[in-house]
Amino acid sequence: MSLSEDGQHPDYVGTRTDGTPVSRPLSPHLQVYDMLQMTSALSIMSRATGIAWSIGLAFLVWWLAALAAGPLAFADVQWFLGSVFGWVVLVGLIVVTWYHTLAGIRHLVWDAGHGYDIPSVYRSGRMVLVGTAALSVLTLIILIAAWI
Amino acid sequence: MATPPQRSPLGRVRGLGSSRSGTHHWWMQRVTSIALLPLTIWLVFALASLAGAGFSQVQAWAAKPLNAMLLLAFLGIGFHHTAAGWQVILEDYVKPERRRLIFVLLVNGLCALAWLASSFAVLRVALL
Repeated sequence: MSLSEDGQHPDYVGTRTDGTPVSRPLSPHLQVYDMLQMTSALSIMSRATGIAWSIGLAFLVWWLAALAAGPLAFADVQWFLGSVFGWVVLVGLIVVTWYHTLAGIRHLVWDAGHGYDIPSVYRSGRMVLVGTAALSVLTLIILIAAWI
Repeated sequence: MATPPQRSPLGRVRGLGSSRSGTHHWWMQRVTSIALLPLTIWLVFALASLAGAGFSQVQAWAAKPLNAMLLLAFLGIGFHHTAAGWQVILEDYVKPERRRLIFVLLVNGLCALAWLASSFAVLRVALL
Protein backbone atom coordinates (compact mmCIF):
# COMPACT_ATOMS: atom_id res chain seq x y z
CA MET A 1 0.00 0.00 0.00
CA SER A 2 2.82 2.38 -0.82
CA LEU A 3 2.06 5.83 -2.17
CA SER A 4 5.24 5.70 -4.24
CA GLU A 5 3.40 3.96 -7.11
CA ASP A 6 1.49 7.20 -7.58
CA GLY A 7 4.32 9.08 -9.25
CA GLN A 8 2.41 12.28 -9.97
CA HIS A 9 0.45 12.46 -6.72
CA PRO A 10 0.56 16.01 -5.28
CA ASP A 11 1.41 14.61 -1.83
CA TYR A 12 4.06 12.36 -3.30
CA VAL A 13 6.44 10.87 -0.71
CA GLY A 14 9.00 8.38 -2.00
CA THR A 15 11.51 6.08 -0.36
CA ARG A 16 15.28 6.04 -0.69
CA THR A 17 17.06 2.82 -1.64
CA ASP A 18 17.64 2.12 2.08
CA GLY A 19 13.90 2.35 2.70
CA THR A 20 13.80 5.68 4.55
CA PRO A 21 11.01 8.06 3.42
CA VAL A 22 11.92 11.13 1.37
CA SER A 23 9.77 14.01 0.13
CA ARG A 24 10.23 14.48 -3.60
CA PRO A 25 10.14 17.91 -5.31
CA LEU A 26 7.24 18.76 -7.55
CA SER A 27 7.53 20.25 -11.03
CA PRO A 28 8.32 22.93 -12.21
CA HIS A 29 10.30 23.73 -9.10
CA LEU A 30 12.11 27.03 -8.55
CA GLN A 31 14.60 25.60 -6.05
CA VAL A 32 15.53 22.59 -8.15
CA TYR A 33 15.88 23.79 -11.71
CA ASP A 34 18.66 26.07 -12.90
CA MET A 35 16.92 29.30 -13.85
CA LEU A 36 19.83 30.38 -16.07
CA GLN A 37 18.90 27.58 -18.47
CA MET A 38 16.58 28.86 -21.21
CA THR A 39 14.31 25.80 -21.07
CA SER A 40 13.45 26.04 -17.37
CA ALA A 41 13.52 29.86 -17.34
CA LEU A 42 10.95 30.07 -20.15
CA SER A 43 8.87 27.36 -18.48
CA ILE A 44 8.49 29.22 -15.20
CA MET A 45 8.07 32.50 -17.12
CA SER A 46 5.01 30.98 -18.80
CA ARG A 47 3.41 30.45 -15.39
CA ALA A 48 4.58 33.80 -14.02
CA THR A 49 3.12 35.67 -17.00
CA GLY A 50 -0.11 33.72 -16.53
CA ILE A 51 -0.30 35.01 -12.96
CA ALA A 52 0.61 38.52 -14.13
CA TRP A 53 -2.28 38.32 -16.63
CA SER A 54 -4.57 38.25 -13.56
CA ILE A 55 -3.38 41.80 -12.82
CA GLY A 56 -4.26 42.74 -16.39
CA LEU A 57 -7.72 41.22 -15.92
CA ALA A 58 -8.17 43.23 -12.72
CA PHE A 59 -7.46 46.40 -14.72
CA LEU A 60 -9.84 45.26 -17.47
CA VAL A 61 -12.61 44.73 -14.88
CA TRP A 62 -11.93 48.18 -13.39
CA TRP A 63 -11.91 49.77 -16.87
CA LEU A 64 -15.21 48.12 -17.90
CA ALA A 65 -16.92 48.77 -14.56
CA ALA A 66 -15.91 52.44 -14.77
CA LEU A 67 -17.17 52.59 -18.35
CA ALA A 68 -20.56 51.37 -17.13
CA ALA A 69 -20.53 53.62 -14.05
CA GLY A 70 -20.06 56.93 -15.84
CA PRO A 71 -17.65 59.65 -17.01
CA LEU A 72 -16.33 60.49 -13.52
CA ALA A 73 -15.34 56.91 -12.70
CA PHE A 74 -13.89 56.49 -16.18
CA ALA A 75 -11.81 59.65 -15.77
CA ASP A 76 -10.13 58.04 -12.72
CA VAL A 77 -9.06 55.03 -14.81
CA GLN A 78 -7.89 57.31 -17.65
CA TRP A 79 -5.91 59.38 -15.16
CA PHE A 80 -4.21 56.29 -13.75
CA LEU A 81 -3.41 54.75 -17.15
CA GLY A 82 -2.03 58.10 -18.33
CA SER A 83 0.30 58.42 -15.34
CA VAL A 84 3.93 57.28 -15.36
CA PHE A 85 3.09 54.29 -13.15
CA GLY A 86 0.13 53.50 -15.41
CA TRP A 87 2.41 53.44 -18.45
CA VAL A 88 4.84 51.10 -16.67
CA VAL A 89 1.90 48.80 -15.88
CA LEU A 90 0.59 48.98 -19.47
CA VAL A 91 3.97 48.25 -21.09
CA GLY A 92 4.51 45.39 -18.63
CA LEU A 93 1.08 43.94 -19.36
CA ILE A 94 1.64 44.16 -23.13
CA VAL A 95 4.91 42.19 -22.85
CA VAL A 96 3.31 39.69 -20.45
CA THR A 97 0.31 39.22 -22.75
CA TRP A 98 2.37 38.46 -25.83
CA TYR A 99 4.79 36.22 -23.97
CA HIS A 100 2.00 34.13 -22.43
CA THR A 101 0.18 33.95 -25.77
CA LEU A 102 3.25 32.83 -27.75
CA ALA A 103 4.40 30.43 -24.99
CA GLY A 104 0.84 29.05 -25.07
CA ILE A 105 1.13 28.37 -28.82
CA ARG A 106 4.45 26.63 -28.12
CA HIS A 107 2.73 24.45 -25.51
CA LEU A 108 -0.12 23.60 -27.91
CA VAL A 109 2.46 22.47 -30.49
CA TRP A 110 4.07 20.29 -27.81
CA ASP A 111 0.65 18.93 -26.84
CA ALA A 112 0.15 17.95 -30.49
CA GLY A 113 3.38 15.95 -30.18
CA HIS A 114 5.87 18.09 -32.09
CA GLY A 115 9.17 19.79 -31.33
CA TYR A 116 10.43 17.81 -28.33
CA ASP A 117 14.06 17.41 -29.46
CA ILE A 118 16.53 19.79 -27.83
CA PRO A 119 17.41 21.89 -30.95
CA SER A 120 13.67 22.42 -31.65
CA VAL A 121 13.01 23.33 -28.01
CA TYR A 122 15.70 26.02 -28.14
CA ARG A 123 14.55 27.25 -31.56
CA SER A 124 10.90 27.60 -30.46
CA GLY A 125 12.08 29.26 -27.25
CA ARG A 126 14.01 31.88 -29.20
CA MET A 127 10.99 32.35 -31.51
CA VAL A 128 8.82 33.08 -28.47
CA LEU A 129 11.30 35.68 -27.17
CA VAL A 130 11.77 37.40 -30.54
CA GLY A 131 8.02 37.28 -31.24
CA THR A 132 7.25 38.79 -27.83
CA ALA A 133 9.62 41.68 -28.49
CA ALA A 134 8.30 42.28 -32.03
CA LEU A 135 4.60 42.14 -31.11
CA SER A 136 5.16 44.30 -28.01
CA VAL A 137 6.87 46.99 -30.10
CA LEU A 138 4.07 46.79 -32.70
CA THR A 139 1.41 47.13 -29.99
CA LEU A 140 3.22 50.10 -28.46
CA ILE A 141 3.48 51.80 -31.86
CA ILE A 142 -0.30 51.38 -32.37
CA LEU A 143 -0.96 52.59 -28.82
CA ILE A 144 1.24 55.69 -29.13
CA ALA A 145 -0.13 56.47 -32.61
CA ALA A 146 -3.70 56.32 -31.25
CA TRP A 147 -2.68 58.39 -28.23
CA ILE A 148 -1.19 61.27 -30.23
CA MET B 1 5.64 -10.06 -17.33
CA ALA B 2 2.72 -8.13 -15.88
CA THR B 3 2.84 -4.37 -16.21
CA PRO B 4 3.30 -2.62 -12.86
CA PRO B 5 0.21 -0.80 -11.53
CA GLN B 6 0.15 2.88 -12.50
CA ARG B 7 -2.06 3.95 -9.60
CA SER B 8 -1.99 3.26 -5.89
CA PRO B 9 -5.00 1.73 -4.15
CA LEU B 10 -5.47 5.08 -2.37
CA GLY B 11 -5.56 6.97 -5.67
CA ARG B 12 -8.08 4.45 -6.97
CA VAL B 13 -10.33 4.87 -3.93
CA ARG B 14 -10.23 8.65 -4.19
CA GLY B 15 -11.46 8.42 -7.76
CA LEU B 16 -8.67 10.60 -9.10
CA GLY B 17 -6.95 10.00 -12.39
CA SER B 18 -7.50 10.08 -16.08
CA SER B 19 -10.71 8.06 -16.11
CA ARG B 20 -12.69 10.65 -14.13
CA SER B 21 -12.53 14.43 -14.22
CA GLY B 22 -8.71 14.48 -14.48
CA THR B 23 -8.49 15.02 -18.21
CA HIS B 24 -11.46 17.36 -18.39
CA HIS B 25 -9.63 20.12 -16.52
CA TRP B 26 -6.49 19.66 -18.64
CA TRP B 27 -8.51 19.51 -21.87
CA MET B 28 -10.54 22.63 -21.04
CA GLN B 29 -7.30 24.54 -20.41
CA ARG B 30 -6.26 23.70 -23.99
CA VAL B 31 -9.68 24.43 -25.47
CA THR B 32 -9.88 27.83 -23.74
CA SER B 33 -6.30 28.66 -24.76
CA ILE B 34 -7.14 28.01 -28.43
CA ALA B 35 -10.28 30.17 -28.16
CA LEU B 36 -8.30 32.91 -26.43
CA LEU B 37 -5.72 33.14 -29.24
CA PRO B 38 -7.86 35.14 -31.71
CA LEU B 39 -9.74 36.89 -28.88
CA THR B 40 -6.51 38.10 -27.22
CA ILE B 41 -5.03 39.35 -30.50
CA TRP B 42 -8.29 41.23 -31.17
CA LEU B 43 -8.50 42.66 -27.63
CA VAL B 44 -4.89 43.85 -27.39
CA PHE B 45 -4.96 45.69 -30.72
CA ALA B 46 -8.49 47.03 -30.08
CA LEU B 47 -7.50 48.40 -26.66
CA ALA B 48 -4.24 49.84 -28.02
CA SER B 49 -6.23 51.64 -30.74
CA LEU B 50 -8.51 53.10 -28.04
CA ALA B 51 -5.63 54.84 -26.25
CA GLY B 52 -6.48 58.48 -25.66
CA ALA B 53 -10.15 58.00 -26.57
CA GLY B 54 -12.70 59.79 -24.38
CA PHE B 55 -15.54 58.32 -22.33
CA SER B 56 -18.25 58.60 -24.99
CA GLN B 57 -15.93 57.28 -27.71
CA VAL B 58 -15.05 54.20 -25.66
CA GLN B 59 -18.71 53.68 -24.70
CA ALA B 60 -19.74 53.82 -28.35
CA TRP B 61 -17.03 51.27 -29.16
CA ALA B 62 -18.12 48.85 -26.40
CA ALA B 63 -21.80 49.27 -27.28
CA LYS B 64 -21.28 47.96 -30.83
CA PRO B 65 -22.83 44.45 -30.91
CA LEU B 66 -19.73 42.75 -32.34
CA ASN B 67 -17.39 44.39 -29.81
CA ALA B 68 -19.75 43.67 -26.91
CA MET B 69 -20.08 40.04 -27.98
CA LEU B 70 -16.33 39.56 -28.35
CA LEU B 71 -15.74 41.26 -24.99
CA LEU B 72 -18.24 38.91 -23.31
CA ALA B 73 -16.61 35.91 -25.02
CA PHE B 74 -13.14 37.04 -23.92
CA LEU B 75 -14.27 37.59 -20.31
CA GLY B 76 -16.08 34.24 -20.03
CA ILE B 77 -13.31 32.16 -21.60
CA GLY B 78 -10.53 34.30 -20.09
CA PHE B 79 -11.72 33.93 -16.50
CA HIS B 80 -12.31 30.20 -17.03
CA HIS B 81 -8.72 29.88 -18.28
CA THR B 82 -7.40 32.05 -15.42
CA ALA B 83 -9.15 29.98 -12.74
CA ALA B 84 -7.95 26.73 -14.35
CA GLY B 85 -4.35 28.00 -14.55
CA TRP B 86 -4.31 29.23 -10.95
CA GLN B 87 -5.73 25.90 -9.80
CA VAL B 88 -2.90 23.94 -11.43
CA ILE B 89 -0.28 26.25 -9.89
CA LEU B 90 -1.91 26.02 -6.44
CA GLU B 91 -2.11 22.23 -6.74
CA ASP B 92 1.61 22.12 -7.54
CA TYR B 93 2.86 24.36 -4.75
CA VAL B 94 0.35 24.65 -1.88
CA LYS B 95 0.30 22.14 0.95
CA PRO B 96 -1.44 20.71 2.92
CA GLU B 97 -4.59 19.60 1.11
CA ARG B 98 -6.94 21.65 3.31
CA ARG B 99 -5.10 24.91 2.55
CA ARG B 100 -4.88 24.00 -1.14
CA LEU B 101 -8.64 23.42 -1.30
CA ILE B 102 -9.36 26.78 0.39
CA PHE B 103 -7.09 28.63 -2.06
CA VAL B 104 -8.58 26.87 -5.10
CA LEU B 105 -12.11 27.70 -3.94
CA LEU B 106 -11.11 31.34 -3.29
CA VAL B 107 -9.54 31.73 -6.75
CA ASN B 108 -12.56 30.17 -8.44
CA GLY B 109 -14.90 32.41 -6.46
CA LEU B 110 -12.91 35.55 -7.25
CA CYS B 111 -12.76 34.67 -10.95
CA ALA B 112 -16.51 34.01 -11.02
CA LEU B 113 -17.26 37.35 -9.33
CA ALA B 114 -14.85 39.29 -11.57
CA TRP B 115 -16.36 37.62 -14.64
CA LEU B 116 -19.90 38.54 -13.51
CA ALA B 117 -18.94 42.14 -12.65
CA SER B 118 -17.15 42.78 -15.94
CA SER B 119 -19.78 41.02 -18.07
CA PHE B 120 -22.54 42.96 -16.30
CA ALA B 121 -20.65 46.18 -17.09
CA VAL B 122 -20.40 45.26 -20.78
CA LEU B 123 -24.10 44.38 -20.95
CA ARG B 124 -25.03 47.62 -19.23
CA VAL B 125 -23.00 49.68 -21.69
CA ALA B 126 -24.33 47.71 -24.67
CA LEU B 127 -28.00 47.57 -23.68
CA LEU B 128 -28.70 50.82 -21.83
